[in-house]
Parts: sequence; C-alpha cells; structure tokens
Amino acid sequence: MSLSKIKHIVLVLSGKGGVGKSSVTTQLALSLSLAGHSVGVLDVDLTGPSIPRMFGIEDAKVTQGQGGMLPIVVHDADAAAGRGSLRVMSLGFLLPGRGDAVVWRGPKKTAMVRQFLSDVAWDDLDYLLIDTPPGTSDEHISLAETLLQTTRPDQLAGAVVVTTPQAVATADVRKELNFCKKTGIRVLGVVENMSGFVCPSCSECAQIFSSGGGEVMANEFNVRFLGRVPIDPQFIMLIETGKRPRYPKGTTVNGKEFSTPTGSLEDDVDKGAQDSALLVEKYGDCSLAPLFSTITTQVISSVEELSSA
Amino acid sequence: MAPSLEVSPDAVQDVLAHPLKQKPDLVAPEPEHCPGPESEQAGTADSCAGCPNQQICASAPKGPDPDIPIITARLAGVKHKILVLSGKGGVGKSTLTVQLAQAFATNPDTNVGVMDTDICGPSIPKMLGVESETIHVSNAGWSPVWAADNLACMSIQFMLPNRDDAIIWRGPKKNGLIKQFLKDVEWGDLDFLLVDTPPGTSDEHLSVNTFLKESKIEGAVMVTTPQEVSLLDVRKEIDFCRKAGIRILGLVENMSLFVCPKCDYESEIFRATTGGGRALAKEMGIPFLGSVPLDPRIGQACDYGESFFDAFPDSPASKALKGVVRRLAGEIGLDPREVVPEG
Repeated sequence: MSLSKIKHIVLVLSGKGGVGKSSVTTQLALSLSLAGHSVGVLDVDLTGPSIPRMFGIEDAKVTQGQGGMLPIVVHDADAAAGRGSLRVMSLGFLLPGRGDAVVWRGPKKTAMVRQFLSDVAWDDLDYLLIDTPPGTSDEHISLAETLLQTTRPDQLAGAVVVTTPQAVATADVRKELNFCKKTGIRVLGVVENMSGFVCPSCSECAQIFSSGGGEVMANEFNVRFLGRVPIDPQFIMLIETGKRPRYPKGTTVNGKEFSTPTGSLEDDVDKGAQDSALLVEKYGDCSLAPLFSTITTQVISSVEELSSA
Repeated sequence: MAPSLEVSPDAVQDVLAHPLKQKPDLVAPEPEHCPGPESEQAGTADSCAGCPNQQICASAPKGPDPDIPIITARLAGVKHKILVLSGKGGVGKSTLTVQLAQAFATNPDTNVGVMDTDICGPSIPKMLGVESETIHVSNAGWSPVWAADNLACMSIQFMLPNRDDAIIWRGPKKNGLIKQFLKDVEWGDLDFLLVDTPPGTSDEHLSVNTFLKESKIEGAVMVTTPQEVSLLDVRKEIDFCRKAGIRILGLVENMSLFVCPKCDYESEIFRATTGGGRALAKEMGIPFLGSVPLDPRIGQACDYGESFFDAFPDSPASKALKGVVRRLAGEIGLDPREVVPEG
C-alpha cells in the first residue's frame, strides 16, 4: 500500500466550489514545508485539476517507477534552510492536452481515486494533503471509503474545511460538515477564505463576500475555527506569473504592518517574473504566509493531539 | 513508459452516446475478448459462450431510454432551454443564473423556470429567497416553487428534511433525480428554462444533455472569472460542449473589476494575466457576452434572496448584467429590447 509510509493524511474539503480549496491546499503545503515537514499533495479533482497550475508545474509528466507512479518533485528537502520536501500528484499530469475535458461518470472516477490512493509511490511523508473537488459525491464517498478501510486510524488525521464568508457558501459547506459527521471523518478546523480585500490604493479593507460567516458556522458545529484569510492579489500574481509578492508602504494585514522594505521594491523591477527562486521562497514574502503559519501550527497541534490520544 | 490516461476521442464519444448506461453487476471479471457488458452484443457475442456473466449481460436493459419521449412531451411548452456551465466552481454560475432569470422576469409576460442540477451544493433556493419552501405533489406532477409570479424553480433543497443535510449520493442516484426534475415537474408553458449546473464535466452534465437531446437545448452560457486557474477549467468545459454537440451561446466574465467603495480605485483582484474571458472567447471562437464587475452587493442580495436589479438598478454591475442579457437574447434570435424592456 502506497500510503503506508505517510504519517498523517489531511483532507481539504468544501461543499462549495471556488472558495479556495486548491489555494488553501497549496498554502498549507508550502507552510508545512517551511516548517520543516515533508509534504505530499494529492489532487483528486478529476474534472478540474488546479494543483499543477498552482505549483507552476503544468508541463510536468508523471513517470512510472518501482512501486508505482512517481509524484512530481516541487522541491527537495533543504536541511540548511529548515525546509521539508514537497511532492505533488494530480490527474492533470496524466492528460495529453491542458484543455482536454475529462468526461467521466461516477464509477470511472471512483476507480481513478482508488488507483491514485494505491498506486502512487510516495516516499516517507510527514503530511499528505488531499485536495478534493466540491460536493459530497463519488470522489468523496470513494475517498472516505478507501481511506477508512485501508489506513491506520492514527494516519487519517481529518479534514480542513474551507469556506468563504457569505451565506450562499456556508450553506453548502454546512452540508460538507454533516458529510464528515456521517462518515466519521474528524474536522480539524474551518478556514474562512476570501475574508476581505485590502484596497491597494487606500488600504481600506473591503468585505467583498461579507465577513465572519465561517466563524459563526464553526461555532455552531462545534469545530475549531482556524482563521480568516483575506484576498491578496499579490498571492494571485505569485501563482499566475511567479512574481515575488511586494507591498507598498503602509500595507497592513490583520493589523500588522506588512510593507516591503524600501529599496528592495526597485531591485525587483529588473528581476520581475524572471526571479528564479523557488515558489516556497517567494511565498515566504507573501502577506498570507504568517497567517498560514498560524493556521498550520493549529492544524499540526490538532493532528498531534489525535495521534497521542 | 509514462502512464497516460486513455482519453481517446472514441471513449469520450462512447460516454456521450450512452451516458447513463450502467455496467451490470458481474459475478466474474470480464474475459479477454469481452464485447463490453454495456454493449449491444453483451451476452450474445461469440466470446460470451461459457462466460459466467453471460446471463447477466444478456438480460441487462439495452436500447434508448423509454423516459426520454415523456420528458420531451413534458417540456413541449418550454421555448428556450439554456444551460449555465463552468468547469470551475464558485465563479458565479448560480448567481448568473439567478440574475438572468430575474432579468428575463422583469418582463411580466415572460415566464421563466430555473432548474438546479447541483445536487450536492444547491444554491438557487437561497438566492431566490425560497429556501424554506417545499414541493407540492398533485395529479399533474410536482409543482415547482414560485419565487415570483413568473419565476418558478426546482431544487433538491426543497426535498431535504433539514436545511444542512448532506446529500451523499453517487452518480446514478443524481441522474435519477435530474430525470425526475424533467419528467415529473409540471413546468407548464415557459419562455425560458435555465439549468444551473455543478462544476465539472460529469454525471449531471451528461444526463441533462441526454435527457434534453430530443427536446433540444438552445445552448449553453459559460461563466468564468478572469484568472488563468479558472480559464483552464472552462477550456475543458468548452471542449466538453463541442464533443457533446451543445451550442455555446457565449462566455461571461464574472468578478472582473473591483471598485473600492471608499476611494473608487479599480482593482483587478483576479488578474487576467492571460487576457481573461475576452481573449479566451476569441481564441475559442465563441461570442463574448460581457464582463460583470465584482460588486459586494450582488453577493449580499443573493444571501438575502433579494433581486439585485430591483435593489440597485443603476449600479455598474446591474448595467453590465443587462448588457449580458441583451447580447444573450440576440444570440438566441430574440429582440433584446423586448426581453429587457427599459433602457
């Protein structure tokens, strides 16, 4: 079984689409790696895989090795920088063209999910994050079934549930929390994504999708609230173009000053998108990195609570 | 040899041609020269002789679905059937569906129906402010829920005992419910039936397409947000429509610009680094219906189930949406001025 060498498996779930499951998965992976853990990311969104784009490795192709398909290496462990390795597997890597539709019915999706869980040659990993499509259907049922049957109880840590603040989104995410309850998957916590947007011109934080809905929902369901994550266009630019995040003077995020020291702004103009540093290094400069480091710490403590219990 | 998925054109065509056929429960693995347990020759081919599955395969139902003529008859009074699609979740399919429905319904003589095929995450009832309604069943069939005098809707949400219940269903069960929505719901005479879909290209999309094949789908409206992560999935959806023979009426770019309520500064939150929806529409050769800015009040109106058009008729987002509706009306050969009357 390819999952046997993995210490903790964390699912990233949401009933609603487009709330940022993949971007939360990406950032959790980067944060865990920055904290020195070895991380794997498995993308089981079969009809709309985003993870390859998120890590900027759309052209990568999977190769067959001993013991199964070899995951794509985003970066290797670097003991000097205190960084853990990061490996990724997605259906996107197996498609011949990036615009090709995967028109599959349930049974085929189920078979693919099972294959992804059993045939990927993961090395020793501290954490395996599983990014999921929206909903509570074939992929989720198969994931839950397979994981509950084949993993040790201490391996399947639980689920991080992602929502956005508005009622239309939480209405669907409540269903996902009930799904976890019914299937016996522990909820590690709720992340409220897209909670506010800081205007780059006046630094006023605008509540585009209102605010606080995730926290209310977490309290209602008696699960841990992991925190609010605002929209940061610099993060989107980092994903889309690989540009290192830079902030003008006076930028504050969650009450903390987050401007780039003067001088380095000018340096970057020349470098632009050619900056060849690793994604994980550039992410360290993103205003969301400290937020996610807090969220990650909470997730880790939650996971370790479970395995020690 | 690198592993690759055999997404051959034949395989896709096969799924599209028989989207609902189920492989029967077999008692033994298929033999080497199996014609396929779902195929026409199942159980009767030469290689089937002696196979332990022969009886099972031979007795599995074959041929066209007998319910399709019933659906066609039921929907005979519906003039335009329009799908709202996107490969990506959370780009505003349901929001746009509701805005389109409300815009069409501003003409009191137009009857509009909205069918929510997002089984696992229904949003339409909440956005139309009818979340707590239930379905009434009469001799004529299931009555849809009326959100306004000329705006009917149907969603699984109306059938749930508790609002937050999870619908943990696999594909075939979802297909069954969608069939019921088309076969058993008394839609009556409608000018427009808008079909809201979940993200992706899977069971729901295939079944809607098959069930409506004979009663003709007018076409599909694609929704995207400007960033490449979203365009990537929408490309797949366009590919799906092409393969399935669904006409694409146009592409709408949602959440284009955000205007700061304090300083009026326009931010591109979801930066169109690859040209956004307009460039994609051009690349794919499909009509571009317009960009709708990100207005927090649209989200709030949806949360409270109010009509954004009624509440903020003069906002830029309202105007942009009306432009989209007019262009869409033009694409389906209607007079835009009749569909959305006032200036």
